[in-house]
Amino acid sequence: MAFEYAPAPESRAIVDIAPSYGLFIDGEFVESSGGGLSKTVSPATEEVLAEYTQANAEDVDRAVKAARKAFEKWSALPGAERAKYLFRIARIIQERSRELAVLETLDNGKPIKETRDADLPLVAAHFFYYAGWADKLDHAGFGANPRPLGVAGQVIPWNFPLLMLAWKIAPALATGNTVVLKPAETTPLSALFFADICRQAGLPKGVVNIVTGDGRTGAALVAHPDVNKVAFTGSTAVGKEIARTVAGTAKKLTLELGGKGANIVFDDAPVDQAVEGIVSGIFFNQGQVCCAGSRLLVQESVRDEVLDALKRRLSTLRLGDPLDKNTDIGAINSAEQLARITALAEQGEAEGAERWSPACELPSSGYWFAPTLFTNVTQAHTIAREEIFGPVLSVLTFRTPDEAVAKANNTQYGLSAGIWSEKGSRILAVANKLRAGVVWSNTFNKFDPTSPFGGYKESGFGREGGRHGLEAYLDV
Amino acid sequence: MPTTASSAHVLSDVAASDSTLRRFLHGLPGVDAVGLEARAASLGTRSIKNTAKAYAIDLAISMVDLTTLEGADTPGKVRALGAKAVHPDPTDRTTPATAAVCVYPDMVAVAKEAVAGSGVKVASVATAFPAGRAALDVKLADVREAVAAGADEIDMVIDRGAFLSGRYLKVYDEIVAVKEACGTSARLKVIFETGELSTYDNIRRASWLGMLAGADFIKTSTGKVAVNATPANTLLMLEAVRDFRAQTGVQVGVKPAGGIRTSKDAIKFLVLVNETAGEDWLDNHWFRFGASSLLNDLLMQRQKLATGRYSGPDYVTVD
Repeated sequence: MAFEYAPAPESRAIVDIAPSYGLFIDGEFVESSGGGLSKTVSPATEEVLAEYTQANAEDVDRAVKAARKAFEKWSALPGAERAKYLFRIARIIQERSRELAVLETLDNGKPIKETRDADLPLVAAHFFYYAGWADKLDHAGFGANPRPLGVAGQVIPWNFPLLMLAWKIAPALATGNTVVLKPAETTPLSALFFADICRQAGLPKGVVNIVTGDGRTGAALVAHPDVNKVAFTGSTAVGKEIARTVAGTAKKLTLELGGKGANIVFDDAPVDQAVEGIVSGIFFNQGQVCCAGSRLLVQESVRDEVLDALKRRLSTLRLGDPLDKNTDIGAINSAEQLARITALAEQGEAEGAERWSPACELPSSGYWFAPTLFTNVTQAHTIAREEIFGPVLSVLTFRTPDEAVAKANNTQYGLSAGIWSEKGSRILAVANKLRAGVVWSNTFNKFDPTSPFGGYKESGFGREGGRHGLEAYLDV
Repeated sequence: MPTTASSAHVLSDVAASDSTLRRFLHGLPGVDAVGLEARAASLGTRSIKNTAKAYAIDLAISMVDLTTLEGADTPGKVRALGAKAVHPDPTDRTTPATAAVCVYPDMVAVAKEAVAGSGVKVASVATAFPAGRAALDVKLADVREAVAAGADEIDMVIDRGAFLSGRYLKVYDEIVAVKEACGTSARLKVIFETGELSTYDNIRRASWLGMLAGADFIKTSTGKVAVNATPANTLLMLEAVRDFRAQTGVQVGVKPAGGIRTSKDAIKFLVLVNETAGEDWLDNHWFRFGASSLLNDLLMQRQKLATGRYSGPDYVTVD
């Protein structure tokens, strides 16, 4: 008899999803002035979870007006008062974390062990962290009494719906701004639950407004003349559009865009832990992570050894029901995303890279993509250059540290990188030469609210998290 | 891990001198403590329930080296232990026997008699256990006495002093000598006392040193120091036996010992085995638990699965 783990699905009973949702404007759930309804589905089963509202330009205008009105009072509150609300929100998030984790898994398709053990603790931590800054802004290094910007229009992606909301809303509120946030069209639910948390926390009306919808809603928000600050996390293509829209206005802008992170494994690396780091680098959240380590740069002398170990490890990954706590790999977020990943993987094969996946049965419904390795990849391959945003790892080799640095930096992106070596002096030397916003050493995909995050080149500009994250919401 | 090219040749030469052995052991890949412990912790969250749990509990019972290593051990105590090893749960004869009873050398004959005909092995901690601070002649005499009395397995401690001072060849030679003293009848378990080796790098080196010298099993600890078996050090040793087999074709067993007291813990170790070394090690020929109090918890959990209720300490034997 083989050692079979019993299914251990998290109960859905803990989360109560309404059949239909309106928009959260000025402290109330309201109907649209004419926008239609869209459906949000569970990527693991294609089951319709709820209907949500497609906000139109008029709705966005209402939300911005509510935020503008609320700004007067909110920005005038002493920092310690704003902190109280943020602490309260953080505690409610902790209290409701199981519910939110299940909801996020249902709506996004990522495994419960990630929403429960990574996303939700970080969400609460961000609110706690920025609550702590709210009454200490004079000491943040931006001069005395730094002023908020006004109304922040925030557009977030579907890969970490609630975490990206926290990254955006927590610093905005701590610094005295008010917010109109648009969650992604495939994952609107946790933001709507967050709206309820704002009410539960007694947050003054209009300080946080949530408008759901697709790119049109986002475009209306970004273009709204009374928005003072635009913050966007998402694809580089959309980021460029936003930059064009905002150009020439007084709006402040931060962009967190795509990435093609290099994960560099030197021949003296702790191999077993490096393999774990490669796995978490590219298979965390099915690789739908902008800072994923999607290019493995392995020193040629240990290539075979690392690849053997990696393949053996991938064979133990468990793909399936995201609500099961034994699941390592969940569903791809949408049919559209799955099609894009599939097309890029096929292009990789067509260009001569060697494709490998572990024996892995895919569920019959939902959007699934097996963990995939490409070997014999060079910098000239499309899959080594384009962001795939899925569980697809390109394996390249190098011979010397200089070559590793040159290849790691040879990308239009610059969000993240990883270095694996037991030699500290090498780690420091190489890290200094990498053009990436985050460089992890002997670990990967580790986040903390105190640590700033952001990119170089086409990965965007501005920083979120840490003291640096305050700057994006202050007039400095 | 050194490259696999002509590894047989490389491995036969590594013990040529202290310096070749040191070079080899220090050439093993490093261990990142944070990453190792994170991996061990994440495997600890796998869900084992229902049939998987029933299977895991029986497997764990069959892997126990039921141990008594006290200065106060008497024939009566050892006989009681032997009886329990053969029939761990008198109320349920479907309960598997434990793998072995583990006693001091002077108790081997008594233990042997107590488990006669049952298939339960007798293991003995020879080589001046637990400190190992005796002359090699004394250690070998200890081993020979245990083997002559019928021990099926010898658990030896390595000379941690020699290891920590870098005299790897001395440690190697001692293991080779003890292995020879075991003859063909007894399997050799080599105990590193991982708590005293202190670093994970040392534990990996000791694992390879032990395997190169001919250990049939590598074992974490004596159970007599502050830090004994942990998920992380056992995971590391499982990686070592996996890599060693990949390179040499020789399979070596692993035995965590000391500090594993609950079924839940034991099952976490089985998950480590399953996902690190693989199914080939999920058998008491290749994996053991060195434990004394673990067995009763496994039995109580087994009774709970059978009856749906928790019984309690009065429903399992005190031996």
